[in-house]
Amino acid sequence: MITKRIIPCLDVKDGRVVKGINFVGLKEVGDPVELADEYYRQGADELVFLDITATHEHRSTMVHIVEKTAEKIFMPFTVGGGIKSVEEMQKILRAGADKVSLNSAAVKNPDLLSEGARMFGDQCMVLAVDGKRRDDGSGWNVYIHGGRIDTGIDAVEWIKDGVNKGAGEILLTSMDADGTKQGYDIAFLQAVRSAVRVPVIASGGCGRLEHFAEVFEKDAADAALAASLFHYGELTVGTVKEYLKERKIAVRI
Amino acid sequence: MIGIIDYGMGNLRSVENALHHIGEECMISGDVQELEKCGKLILPGVGAFGDCMANMHQRGLAGPVKNWIDQGKPLLGICVGMQMLFEESEEKGIHPGLGVLKGRIVRMKTDLPVPQIGWNELEKAKEHPLFASLTPHPYVYYVHSYCAEDYDEADLCGFSMYGDVKVAGLMVRGNLMAAQFHPEKSGEDGLQILQWFAKETV
Repeated sequence: MITKRIIPCLDVKDGRVVKGINFVGLKEVGDPVELADEYYRQGADELVFLDITATHEHRSTMVHIVEKTAEKIFMPFTVGGGIKSVEEMQKILRAGADKVSLNSAAVKNPDLLSEGARMFGDQCMVLAVDGKRRDDGSGWNVYIHGGRIDTGIDAVEWIKDGVNKGAGEILLTSMDADGTKQGYDIAFLQAVRSAVRVPVIASGGCGRLEHFAEVFEKDAADAALAASLFHYGELTVGTVKEYLKERKIAVRI
Repeated sequence: MIGIIDYGMGNLRSVENALHHIGEECMISGDVQELEKCGKLILPGVGAFGDCMANMHQRGLAGPVKNWIDQGKPLLGICVGMQMLFEESEEKGIHPGLGVLKGRIVRMKTDLPVPQIGWNELEKAKEHPLFASLTPHPYVYYVHSYCAEDYDEADLCGFSMYGDVKVAGLMVRGNLMAAQFHPEKSGEDGLQILQWFAKETV
């Protein structure tokens, strides 16, 4: 049986892992390669590296970190942040990453998704979407540039479009939930999940064990991502999986 | 020496890293003469089946790889590298494969999300000494939308259930091994499978 995935996310700035609270107030917490190795040993199912400054400050992505990580850990990982061309995708994938995630760049140039999917396969293309509920409550808008710009585009429609263009997986971050530790945004996740058939990774809002169980028990996601919870040692991946197993959720232990 | 076949597609670095980690010497090459000097070959693969096969032909690798297998020399196909060993695939049109394994590659028919992305248990299709080196319930990492059907049951060594779909996970026939999952990304059990290929095929 396929298992639900627990994915630590490493937000990387200048080669160090950081985690923002609602995308501001960054705190440095560690070396990405060391952390990746630690999570590998804890039994994480996958990792995500997000170069959070790449889009904003036009930094090149982290080929070097990818190479080092791929030498040490033998599990899949995704790299995102500032990837704007098929050539950049190729560099990251050849360095040892399994998937690339596109966020702002895909909004500006949706052909990137289809070009990448054609060259590397749909399964390499993760569409990362930062969404926020509209004030009138009618749905969610897509935000780009690390949540700084409201595109006015409906998130669910954009995700459907993205999957048609070749996204093999959706990494859905709720900006309303992110940093609150009040749980994943179930309504947003379910709206996306009922619109597309590719796997959905829940991101934003996880604060305790019950939140992992909730997102899976409500069948709102295939994988759950968390960052600060793990980085600050509040929970280990092992603890989360033992807990989920007790709740009869299929996990790899 | 294990040769990793470079035909311009796929995550070659990860396979190389995993082999180095288990202490195996390896080289990445797209040159037939260089590859023929190796004792064993690995055929990786990421991307669309048709593109992978087209690249294999363009680079003059399809014939030599088929010959290699026909001569009974050890080869491990991974993911699309596994799929190419079958007769044909229906991914984005019908494309012929190398045809060294019976069967065809079809889109997975399931209500679950496609692609299958994640860790799934590799269950025994038959008793095989390989399983002795794995944990009692090995999990392996899959990323794929297509899988083999109408294959020869005798070739099937391990499978995984994805909803109602029985995914041919690991095929073994003599010195020919083929994994739909990524052993190089499947943690310690994955490394053990690579180790088995490195040590036990001759």
